[in-house]
Amino acid sequence: MNQLVKGTVRNRHPFIFIAPALLILILFSLIPIIIAFVISFTDMDLKGLADWSNISFIGVENYTNLLADTVFHKAVFNTFFYVVIGVPLVIFFSLGIALLLNYGKNLVFTVFRAVYFMPAITNIIAIAVVWGFLYNTEYGLFNYLLSLADVDKVPWLEHPVIAKLSLILLAVWKGIGINMIIFLAALQGIPNSYYEAAKIDGAKRWQILLFITIPLLRYAIFFVTVTTLIGWLQFFEEPFIMTQGGPLDGTVSMALFIYQRGFQFSEFGYAAAGSFVLFIVIIIVTLLQFKLRKADDDI
Amino acid sequence: MASGKSKGNTERWIATILLIIGGFIISLPFIWMITSSFKPESEILQMPPTLFAENPTIQNYINLFTNMNFGVYLRNTLIIVLLSFIGLFLNAMAGYGFAKYHFKNKEKVFYLVLATMMIPGQVTMIPVYLLLNEMGLINTMAGIVLPGLAAAFSIFLFRMFMATIPTDLIEAARLDGAGEFYIFFRLIMPISKPIFAVQGILTFIAAWNSFLWPLIIANDESLYTLSVGLSLLKGQYASNFALQMAGAAFMVLPIIIIFSFFQKYIVEGFTTSGLK
Repeated sequence: MNQLVKGTVRNRHPFIFIAPALLILILFSLIPIIIAFVISFTDMDLKGLADWSNISFIGVENYTNLLADTVFHKAVFNTFFYVVIGVPLVIFFSLGIALLLNYGKNLVFTVFRAVYFMPAITNIIAIAVVWGFLYNTEYGLFNYLLSLADVDKVPWLEHPVIAKLSLILLAVWKGIGINMIIFLAALQGIPNSYYEAAKIDGAKRWQILLFITIPLLRYAIFFVTVTTLIGWLQFFEEPFIMTQGGPLDGTVSMALFIYQRGFQFSEFGYAAAGSFVLFIVIIIVTLLQFKLRKADDDI
Repeated sequence: MASGKSKGNTERWIATILLIIGGFIISLPFIWMITSSFKPESEILQMPPTLFAENPTIQNYINLFTNMNFGVYLRNTLIIVLLSFIGLFLNAMAGYGFAKYHFKNKEKVFYLVLATMMIPGQVTMIPVYLLLNEMGLINTMAGIVLPGLAAAFSIFLFRMFMATIPTDLIEAARLDGAGEFYIFFRLIMPISKPIFAVQGILTFIAAWNSFLWPLIIANDESLYTLSVGLSLLKGQYASNFALQMAGAAFMVLPIIIIFSFFQKYIVEGFTTSGLK
């Protein structure tokens, strides 16, 4: 024991360097997982927060309630809707723009790289405020532009399905930047000799794109797919600011459902159960993708 | 050969034109935000809308500070930015510890750090709130800043960079009698300037934009950040779009200015960090 203490004191420097960050991570990332798991089996609420003796274990009741909760059903459906439509769009547009940007290196291309990247670093609340104005049925720019083409007013945020699509449009606009940069970096890593060899063999443009560029971007596409999917499963700020989940819970996502249950209704136990369901969905989707990729690699 | 070259040129022109059209569409919300923020309240609801204000005014920006407490929100946001730089420093220290020291179970501890990256925010949100409540940190600046101080990805990037610093350099300094902290501050930190630059900009952007956690922890308007204040403004002045646009522009413009200065570093930072 004494030896151990002495050894630690002698080798104390790595611990002093690592300890502060590590303690914060343990306290605010790892321990909360355990707490979330435990309270998801309790009826923790505001009363429980004030006095722990008010908390009681209720087994899997929170989880069975979730299964019967129609709002949660909608949240799961909407999240699925966001992911299925949004993720392919983000990948398509970010890859497309990266391919266009890869045509040149002069000032025009550098400037436009910055322009396309800008939405990615702007504040999501500011974005939601601006888009809320653009989407306004009476005074918004979008409906005005449509009216020039004699299109009737579109209820951008007032119809459950259209509202979902409007939020997706905004999130795609914001999501292009980062992924475009990743694709661009991957594109610039492809050796020129591959293209030259293909040209000598008489390959056409689209053949080069389909049989050389895209396959060589496999890792980037995989990385972007995984991170985008995880991000979109946690879709939150857009519906939170722009629609508060409405109309008729038409835009509630799982993450927003958890927030509303936890911090607006103070049903901490119930919200924790919801968050664990989301966590498990994220883990399953991620594992599934790694499995698919492994199968892909084996071929 | 000549025809091949001209074909490549045509393609480049098409690419450029497509990029310009797309870039205009992408930046339309920004343009609309800025021009609308200078319109008086009467003009903003005018149909058909004008692109540029006919009677430009900065009254909206003044109202942010007189009708709303944007001065307070700005101060709080800047405090959060400053405090998050302490976090950046802690991450750098941890990255150095993992890069240049050997101790038992180092890799296992490091995997533990990396594992925290996979935990979604929604899962830790409620437990962290309960923890901070037990610590009496609800509605305090410490409660807003503390949970986000350490970031696994930042530690990971610092480790990657610092691992490339030659160990001989550190050994030589030790032989000269330099202490471990002296080495870190006077040798390692100056060498690591590039990674500090990238991480510093990313930290600034993240802190400037921080929204969810201040919203949850701050009950008191005196602790609100700009993002929280802006969402409050959207609720309170739902039909005053000019004021909303001014609030949004006030949040976005500093980031755009910083971005245009450090574009290269930011883009590189995002490329190496992948996401966020």
